[in-house]
Amino acid sequence: MSAPIEIRSAPHVQSAKTVETIMRHVVYSLLPICAFYVFQYGVSALASIVVVTGACLLTERFFVGTGTQAGRLPDYSAVITGLLLALTLPPGFPLWMGAVAGIVAIALGKALFGGIGFNVFNPALVGRAFVQAAFPTAIATYTPSFLPGRFAEFIPSTHAVPLMIPADAALWLKAKSLDALAGATPLAKWKFDGVLANADELLTSLSGHMAVGPSPLLILLCGAYLASRRFMDWRIPLAVLGSAALTAWLLYAFDATRYPNPFFMLFSGGLILGAVYMATDMATSPVTPKGMWVYGALIGLLTVVIRYYSGLPEGVMYAILIANAASPLIEKITQPVPFGRGVLDRVKKRATYPLNPGYISREEANAVTPKKRFLPNKPKK
Amino acid sequence: MKLVSYFRGEAFQRGVHPPSCKLTAERKIRRLPFPDRVTVPLSQHIGKTPRPIVRVGQEVVRGQPIARSDEWLSVPHHAPLSGVVEFIGLRPGMRGTWIEAIVIRAHPGATQEDLWGRPRDLSQASGQDILQAIWDTGMVGLGGAAFPTHAKLSVPKQAKVHTLVVNGCECEPYLTCDHRVMVEHATDLIAGIRYAMRATGAVRSIIGVEDNKPDAVLVLRQAIADAAVAGVSEEIHVEAVPTKYPQGAEKMLITALFGAEMPAGGLPIALGMVVSNVGTLAALGKLLPLGQGLTERVVTVTGPGVAKPGDYRVILGTPLKFVLDYAGASAVDAMDARQVILGGPMMGQAIASLDVPITKGVSGVLVFRAEDMVEREARQTYPCIKCGECVESCPMGLNPSTLGMLAAKREYELMGEKYFLGDCFECGCCTYVCPSNIPLVQQFRVAKQILREKAA
Repeated sequence: MSAPIEIRSAPHVQSAKTVETIMRHVVYSLLPICAFYVFQYGVSALASIVVVTGACLLTERFFVGTGTQAGRLPDYSAVITGLLLALTLPPGFPLWMGAVAGIVAIALGKALFGGIGFNVFNPALVGRAFVQAAFPTAIATYTPSFLPGRFAEFIPSTHAVPLMIPADAALWLKAKSLDALAGATPLAKWKFDGVLANADELLTSLSGHMAVGPSPLLILLCGAYLASRRFMDWRIPLAVLGSAALTAWLLYAFDATRYPNPFFMLFSGGLILGAVYMATDMATSPVTPKGMWVYGALIGLLTVVIRYYSGLPEGVMYAILIANAASPLIEKITQPVPFGRGVLDRVKKRATYPLNPGYISREEANAVTPKKRFLPNKPKK
Repeated sequence: MKLVSYFRGEAFQRGVHPPSCKLTAERKIRRLPFPDRVTVPLSQHIGKTPRPIVRVGQEVVRGQPIARSDEWLSVPHHAPLSGVVEFIGLRPGMRGTWIEAIVIRAHPGATQEDLWGRPRDLSQASGQDILQAIWDTGMVGLGGAAFPTHAKLSVPKQAKVHTLVVNGCECEPYLTCDHRVMVEHATDLIAGIRYAMRATGAVRSIIGVEDNKPDAVLVLRQAIADAAVAGVSEEIHVEAVPTKYPQGAEKMLITALFGAEMPAGGLPIALGMVVSNVGTLAALGKLLPLGQGLTERVVTVTGPGVAKPGDYRVILGTPLKFVLDYAGASAVDAMDARQVILGGPMMGQAIASLDVPITKGVSGVLVFRAEDMVEREARQTYPCIKCGECVESCPMGLNPSTLGMLAAKREYELMGEKYFLGDCFECGCCTYVCPSNIPLVQQFRVAKQILREKAA
């Protein structure tokens, strides 16, 4: 026995997809969205993305270093959390509050549960929920997109001193001879003032001076890329958007004056971002295909209900967090039916041969030659 | 990929597409030289282990029975070499333990012709006679499971078989032995199918071949047409099924051909079918009329660590070291072979010693070098991120993600009762796709073993 050979358990080959590749591709797909977001809102948005992501990475580094949580830094999962968190915050969000959000996202949302794969709630949304409760004014203060000089100067609230009240963005907007109302998000405008924005403007978010988040169209495109490479499950976004549209459409059909049209519901606020990037977080969504549909439908329904009937203009965050909490239960009731344990007498239409040839004689069998689907049928000589 | 298979019509649900790596698909089967010494393990198949019927020092001729058992679920072994029985005792086995084996030293001058055979005319034989003749050949499933063929082909009294499904899928990457047998021994295969149909009373036979072997499909269709001209009245079809792992599992193949799911825990006989592998039937077609025993089989010797990969006709009991020396696995000499696998890369068994012999159930020998293993060794293992890839790949429709987490908590009873662990046939799809690099199949194997021990 000369050569040292090793014993391993089968299978001896593995697909190339690893946790790192999945996470890295999610980060790649987020980069165009971030770039467009910076293009919309200028240096403040850039600073916000950098600070929030940095805070997430430092916190992750700390907890991985102390051995509190599983995973490692180069798995890119903390980068995703940071980027997503920054995209959900207003562009002029004070940087120190953004750092707090990032720290809380990783510490309470992820490290507390044991790190990658163990978290129950989407870490980015935990961070956002925390700052929403802690700094309700700052998180509701949006600035319009495409402001002149947005690459030269920061929005004044960006560099607020920690624990101090940030500078009033409304005054700053007034000085730029823009209506203070421009600083409200389309959802808030609809909720509190009854002003409805056009759905197509929301979709591209290219029209000037609207206080919207990252472009929904771009998010859908990037999501389509991820889904096509199977780095993300296509069922969840489809279920979220489908159920939100259906609920909104039902209410719209019921009373068109009281409820906005379903397209406004779909493209406003964070619904697209939530459906494509937040709800699809692997660790916090069910693993079973049926469960994914249920989970997505629950998020869509809750989003519309919260938006219409609660005091908040936006409901995606709480809808996803509630569905996260419900996902183990959803998984429990949607276990797949194992092979050979479902309906057995149903023969699928793809069958090439009848199950029981009983009566078939050779002549008859030749008469009903099975249709060859995959190779041309070579005539018998 | 999913979308493509949706429009083409999917063979069976889920499954994976590993790179096929069939390096040897174009090469003819060659005969490996005879070694000077063979080791015939007594336990080569499922069922009772036969007892030796030769003594140390006894002269044997090639093809002579050297071990047999009177149990039903057992087959005899035949001497693969003409020579002298040198030793009967413990030798290294493929599972790592030492097992009882008969060692035969070859006569230096022997021609190694198969002299023992008793040719017979089976044209008028009854099904029972054919089953007896199959038992005499010592045939077991050559696809890898090594289940005695006569037992597989005998139909219980209350059941009735109408279809013989012939499994020519060979879905494992790298392996091509069944492919080459179909191409080069189509006539033997047709003959074997006819014997098997008579033994089981089947009225039709369907050969399922994966569509990555179009040459085999064409050769078989031609052979069937020729046989029909020559007066063969049995109904035999060849069907190309979409390539997908694990198509070669009998449940998956039946689903692909008939669109029906086999009931869980049942055998194909519940649907009136018997499934057999092409290699087995081709060997039967050759051996039955000659009345000879199974003394050799076709083995794919391949992998990045083999210089002359190919399909070799190897006599049973040949030590792996001899096979690899001949196939130019220089890696073995250069201390570079890191892993030697018997079988395919998805379900094969890594072995610990090169003294292990080729047995009836070995369909392939794979050699991986150190540099082929680097990437896998460098892979980090993460906790389950619940991506759901395993659920989407499990051909049995289980939930490997949850099963894996339960296994880590040692909740074996729960796995068996609520999550149908017993349905798992260890195809390895879940581990193949797992991005977190969790050894799911290994956990399931351990869990099943523990449940078996508890039940016993």
